[in-house]
Amino acid sequence: MIPAKFDYVRPSSVDEAVAALRDAGEDAKILAGGQSLLPVLRLRLAAPSTIIDLGGIADLRRIAEDGDRIAIGAMVPHHDVMRDDLVKQHVSLLSQATATVADPQVRHRGTLGGALAHADPAGDLGAVALALDAEFVIAGASGTRTVGASEFFVDYFTTAIGEGEILTQVRFPKYTGWASHYEKFNRTAQAWSMCAVAVALRIDGGSIAEARVGLTNMGTTPIRASGVEAALVGQQANEDSARAAAEHATEGTAAPSDADAAADYREHLARVLTGRAVLAAAG
Amino acid sequence: MTTTAEPTTELGKARTRKEDARLITGRTRYTDAITPHGTLHLHVVRSPIAHATITSIDKSAAEAAPGVIGVFTAADLGVESVGLPCAWPITPDMKAPQRPLLATGTVHFAGEGVVVVVARTAAEARDAGDLVEIDYDALEPVLDMEAALAEGATLVHPDLGTNENATWAFDSGAAGTGGSVDEAIAAAEADPDSVVVRRRFRQQRLIPAFMEPRSCVVDPTGEQITVWAATQVPHILRTMTTVTLGVPEAKLRVIAPDVGGGFGGKIGVLPEEMLCVALAQRLNKPVKWTETRSESLLAAHHGRDQIQDLTITAKKDGTVTGLDVHLLADMGAYLGLVGPGVPILGAFMFNAIYKIPALKFTCTNVFTTKTLTDAYRGAGRPEATFGIERIMDELAVELGRDPMDLRKQNWITHEEFPFTTVVGLTYDSGNYEQATEQAMATFDYAGLRREQEERRARGDKVQLGIGISTFTEMCGLAPSRVLGSLAYGAGGWEAASIRMLATGKVEVVTGASAHGQGHETAFSQIVADQLGVPFEDVEILHGDTQISPKGLDTYGSRSLVVGGIAVVKAAEKVIAKAKKLAAHLLEASEDDIEFNAGQFTVRGTDKGKAIQELAFAAFMAHDYPEDMEPSLDSDAVYDPENFSFPHGTHLAAMEVDTETGRVTLRRYVCVDDIGNVVNPLIAEGQVHGGLAQGIAQALFEEANYDDQGTLVNGTFVDYTLPSAADLPSFESSTVSTPATSNPLGVKGVGEAGTIASTPAIVNGVIDALRHLGVTNVEMPTTSQRVWRAIQEAQGRSTQETPVDTHSPGAGLGSIDPNNPQGEVQ
Repeated sequence: MIPAKFDYVRPSSVDEAVAALRDAGEDAKILAGGQSLLPVLRLRLAAPSTIIDLGGIADLRRIAEDGDRIAIGAMVPHHDVMRDDLVKQHVSLLSQATATVADPQVRHRGTLGGALAHADPAGDLGAVALALDAEFVIAGASGTRTVGASEFFVDYFTTAIGEGEILTQVRFPKYTGWASHYEKFNRTAQAWSMCAVAVALRIDGGSIAEARVGLTNMGTTPIRASGVEAALVGQQANEDSARAAAEHATEGTAAPSDADAAADYREHLARVLTGRAVLAAAG
Repeated sequence: MTTTAEPTTELGKARTRKEDARLITGRTRYTDAITPHGTLHLHVVRSPIAHATITSIDKSAAEAAPGVIGVFTAADLGVESVGLPCAWPITPDMKAPQRPLLATGTVHFAGEGVVVVVARTAAEARDAGDLVEIDYDALEPVLDMEAALAEGATLVHPDLGTNENATWAFDSGAAGTGGSVDEAIAAAEADPDSVVVRRRFRQQRLIPAFMEPRSCVVDPTGEQITVWAATQVPHILRTMTTVTLGVPEAKLRVIAPDVGGGFGGKIGVLPEEMLCVALAQRLNKPVKWTETRSESLLAAHHGRDQIQDLTITAKKDGTVTGLDVHLLADMGAYLGLVGPGVPILGAFMFNAIYKIPALKFTCTNVFTTKTLTDAYRGAGRPEATFGIERIMDELAVELGRDPMDLRKQNWITHEEFPFTTVVGLTYDSGNYEQATEQAMATFDYAGLRREQEERRARGDKVQLGIGISTFTEMCGLAPSRVLGSLAYGAGGWEAASIRMLATGKVEVVTGASAHGQGHETAFSQIVADQLGVPFEDVEILHGDTQISPKGLDTYGSRSLVVGGIAVVKAAEKVIAKAKKLAAHLLEASEDDIEFNAGQFTVRGTDKGKAIQELAFAAFMAHDYPEDMEPSLDSDAVYDPENFSFPHGTHLAAMEVDTETGRVTLRRYVCVDDIGNVVNPLIAEGQVHGGLAQGIAQALFEEANYDDQGTLVNGTFVDYTLPSAADLPSFESSTVSTPATSNPLGVKGVGEAGTIASTPAIVNGVIDALRHLGVTNVEMPTTSQRVWRAIQEAQGRSTQETPVDTHSPGAGLGSIDPNNPQGEVQ
């Protein structure tokens, strides 16, 4: 498995990385953890002229509390996200979903920013970022800008990151005390999601005060299940309300059909898994 | 596995494998790690199209690329008339196309090599490969076996005039080994007290998926041409290289260094191996070819791929009266080394452990424009075991019987051994009652049946199914005369040599060729017992035709029961020589010399010599009898008198989530009777690995082709192999009814788990859903297939599933490696 030839750059700061990206032109590829890029290179499905490795930028590997946000550097590996106390305390849904990503080897190499920028609709973390209204900090030649999750995911493998730009940080609002669960369905333990449902609930006195629900692999981008959220708010967290809300799970979806799951089966799974995720989150 | 007190003999001791330290830590050399000075590297440019005429080949850009030594077609190499061997002409009129080293004129499957690039580095060869321009005119692919046999079908090889490779039949009525199935079916149909059950099962196409990709290095610069190959069969490869290319056999040295798995997938003689030899000779430099994983999945031979039409007849009291088996077996585009015979091995196993009075087996092998099929762990026997064990469950349902009770009623009881079966095999030993009783007790069969009833009664969304497989198999391939009667192109013996070194250490040479099995440990244990020497003093040498000049290699669970017995026979000769020398030195009659635990003593005295002393005395040769040579070294060739018939009872508790279709293997209990066990740890490892592979067929694996004949899951991205995380801890144990056909009382174990487990899993899945109206789910029983089966059984129609569309796989997610620019559909 030999990739085609490429130039390799390892900048030590975001500014250097942005400059390297500008110099390399449009055939450049950013290397984060490499868990999707390296297989693509080795299968020669892509042949970039230059690889810009963000692994040398220490600033991108930090998790910090920033007021009412938890700011996670784009190069923080899944393993660190999953184990981080701040994340566990304030963004438990992200911690739970990250723990289901692939296997320990991948989680030690793969990064939060890499996974989100890659924007594979079968990836687990997009639905979480979308459901939780994460913000994406993007650096470019003219400085940094922040994009909300609802604008970040544009299409299949396409995000709001523009040419010459690099995702540097993902900022999650605090959901301290919220109940959450990530319900994932895949063929084998290490496989990507056929379908998955991310749920966070603020439960007040036994009834659901606020709900956030995101769907994985039910369209060309992660999908916010607004219909499910609306149906849950004000309800007691029980089997009947979960089941009723789950009926809205496929609203606004465009489920893909593939060998593991044709669209009708995927839609069925989305409903079943949504019901289960709500009940599991509510405990 | 239950262990009792550590035995005093080596036989039965659960030693950890002495080869593992180097294998597990990588402190060893696989073929790809061998690079003689000046080695050139090969890259094969393969057809992306299943069936096409090659209209033009432009090599010029590749030839001009950096580091390229040459770019060759078959014509450039002068090998257009060379065909790869098929050693098993199953019928005298079998149709066998020439399988070329590189496609000439027409490509017959996607993945077939067309051009080979030779360059100074592997990277340069790979880069230049992208510059070779080949134009194709696509022809109609031939993908469906039944359509391929129909009148007017597109022919894979028009010169053969048919897509039928051969039809092989066995009829116990005609053979005189049993009754007539046609009569049994007619009688059952006419008899209100009998039933006839007909079922069609599919054996999906599988990919052997060994861990080490195939690789070959050829160095032509010495007096002999040295070939290193990641192969199961170095001896066969040497002979077949001579047959194929005409290189004198004595000018070839073939070495199988440490080989990382095979499962039958490394039993072939490869076009790439022959290209390496031809190019090394032409360029007079060492050359190397190592495939990528994608090449391996695409172009290395596949396994299984059968349609099975079965008819079983029985009296309403449960007595089976006949079994008619009709198979279609997909050969792919060409014949592999033993490919046509693989389904035929099943002919002798459909009757399994049962006293079936009449059996007919008809198999038609079919050419398609797919990758060729050949041996894959179990080779013919898993297919047969699946067929009979599935239809025994169907018969039980038809008769309203407990499936285990029905089996008991029909199986050969332990008092009836040796038992000659309806196909003429003689099972030497076995005790199905014992294995079954132990398995059912461990499993708590009755308790799980109760739980199943409770779950059904309360309409639990998770239903429980109990899957049974009471299997036997024939292994230890094979008595040479039997192979001769089946027109197999070789014998089934195995060779061994024992060299007693001057210092008392022992070198054992075996013709078996381990590729992960643990021969070095197991054979050392056997020799230590036979000669009475410490385990540590025994060295096992193998896998190099200059060290081990004679052998028939490793496949068909033959290493212990054929190769191991050859070692025993050689040891007996060493002892006979040593006894003679001892008698001479001790001034006693040979008849008075007793041998025990490495000591030769004069009966009734304390006079004696250790075997090491005798080895030294033979080496010194200062004093030895007139009528013997001064050597204890001995050779043996052992041709088995019979096959080996391991058996066992396997029970699976399957949970099926009826909402999602998810199938979960909750428990797996198996009790295997593999006779005497040389090393329980190795045997358990073989069973566990075999189970994982057999369960993977039932639940996970399938090689899919699209309507153009492209393999759509040709990477580990979406050819779904399970990992340890997908399987429970197996509860495996053994019982022992020693084989009577060999002096160690041992039976083969390498394929048992794979053969037994697949029907146990599928029977369990169906059993969980039977009350919902589900009667079959094709393999692999994925969640989607199960969900659809439930919907259909409940009268709800569902969507067609596109089998050829990439699913979010293990490595690449939604990126489709076959269509990287494409959108999800």
